[in-house]
Amino acid sequence: MAHSSGTDAAKVIEVIDLHKSFGDLEVLKGVSLDAHQGEVIAIIGGSGSGKSTMLRCINMLETPTSGTIKVHGEAIEMKRDGKGGLKPADQDQVRRIRTRLAMVFQSFNLWQHMTLLENVIEVPVHVLGRSKAESTELAESLLKRVGLHEKHDTYPMFLSGGQQQRAAIARALAIQPEVMLFDEPTSALDPELIGEVLAVIGDLAKEGRTMLLVTHEMKFAREVADRIIFLHNGIIAEAGPPEQIFGAPESEHLKRFISALS
Amino acid sequence: MSAFELLAFSPPGWGAVLLRGLAMSMSVAFGGYLVGLLIGIGGAFGKLYGGPVLRDLLACYTTVVRAIPELVLIVLLFYVGSDIVNQVMQLLGRPPIDISGLAAGIMVIGVVQGAYSTEVIRGAIKAIPPGMIEAARAYGMKPSLMLRRITLPAMLPHAIPGLSNLWLIATKDTALLAVIGFTELTLATRQAGGATKHYFLFFSAAGVLYLIVTLLSNVLIRSIERRAYRGIPEVG
Repeated sequence: MAHSSGTDAAKVIEVIDLHKSFGDLEVLKGVSLDAHQGEVIAIIGGSGSGKSTMLRCINMLETPTSGTIKVHGEAIEMKRDGKGGLKPADQDQVRRIRTRLAMVFQSFNLWQHMTLLENVIEVPVHVLGRSKAESTELAESLLKRVGLHEKHDTYPMFLSGGQQQRAAIARALAIQPEVMLFDEPTSALDPELIGEVLAVIGDLAKEGRTMLLVTHEMKFAREVADRIIFLHNGIIAEAGPPEQIFGAPESEHLKRFISALS
Repeated sequence: MSAFELLAFSPPGWGAVLLRGLAMSMSVAFGGYLVGLLIGIGGAFGKLYGGPVLRDLLACYTTVVRAIPELVLIVLLFYVGSDIVNQVMQLLGRPPIDISGLAAGIMVIGVVQGAYSTEVIRGAIKAIPPGMIEAARAYGMKPSLMLRRITLPAMLPHAIPGLSNLWLIATKDTALLAVIGFTELTLATRQAGGATKHYFLFFSAAGVLYLIVTLLSNVLIRSIERRAYRGIPEVG
């Protein structure tokens, strides 16, 4: 685990030769990716390109068929599952790493039996073992930041999708994550609610947080991302800064993908 | 003797006997219901996430218990159960023990209730939006914490109608324990009726007591329901 070189230390996430199959269907066919400290990476691609699966492999919500995931240089240890694939060797390690990566889901996935405040303090108090007072104080400031302070006693089902997603972002921030993983955070929203969620995410991007963002919002990706990854058929077909990806796409697939969206 | 004298709390009135019977009925119902809930939670998780052997065993349990009339089960479990306990005692070289009617009643009602609870809770867990479980995993919750903080409270709204029914059934199933000579409310009522020949009076009184239990239970169930449904907007 020696990491002497400076560039390695700055790598927050390393994805190395990731493969993932569901039965006979190979969704990821060898994807490698480094996310550096403070970098915002937008992952784009058509449906079925494997972009969500890739993101979900990083925190082991999906178990890779082969390949390695490293977080700050620490590889998630895997063992054979006896069915030709892998499974995590140490669930404690997986859980520990998960508390450093905060995920924001397409369908918000707030805990419906808890108020917004309870949702935001749940992981800090019960998983990370922080004090309730300290967690509540942080949670209140985060809810204020996403514009939901007056709703802290409301249950999620009584709120709009945009409000729920902003609360889910506050829940993610509450664990003070090293990396934020956004899995199509605006895809389940009505068009008029997308803006309020993108505003919050854009704000976080400017703060220098490390973020991986799977999205269909090309204009937004172009604005906030340092780097764009274009996935096609389970491989990274093209990657580079936004102006290159959108301004001078090389592959036919990417050209077609971009023109189909604009 | 007038009805008031017959129902008086001190002899020759039978009021105290009936109330003692009611207390026994409620102890068995409450104990049996709790045992049933624990079996139900375990059974539901076993059926949903257990290995094939465990799943088959649980399927046998819920099918058999739900197929056989409760009266038959109670007689069967009581005699077979106490027989097994005493054979074990014999193997250990200990003298046979007399199993109390209360313990046996709780055990028997618990086993019956457990089979129904298993199905109610299994259905309720399956009704939890999968995203809530996924979020709990993604944020590093251990299975035990997830059970306590997410799965159980989230399944509650879906389980309450079924579990309330089971509680009301448990209170009345205690009457079946009369056949094994356990002096709960129904047997106490029969004794009072037999001794005085005022069957109609005493069985009416017992009916009123069962009704009061149900009415009080409904109040409690409604308050639990209100709490469990706090996060769910009303439809319509």
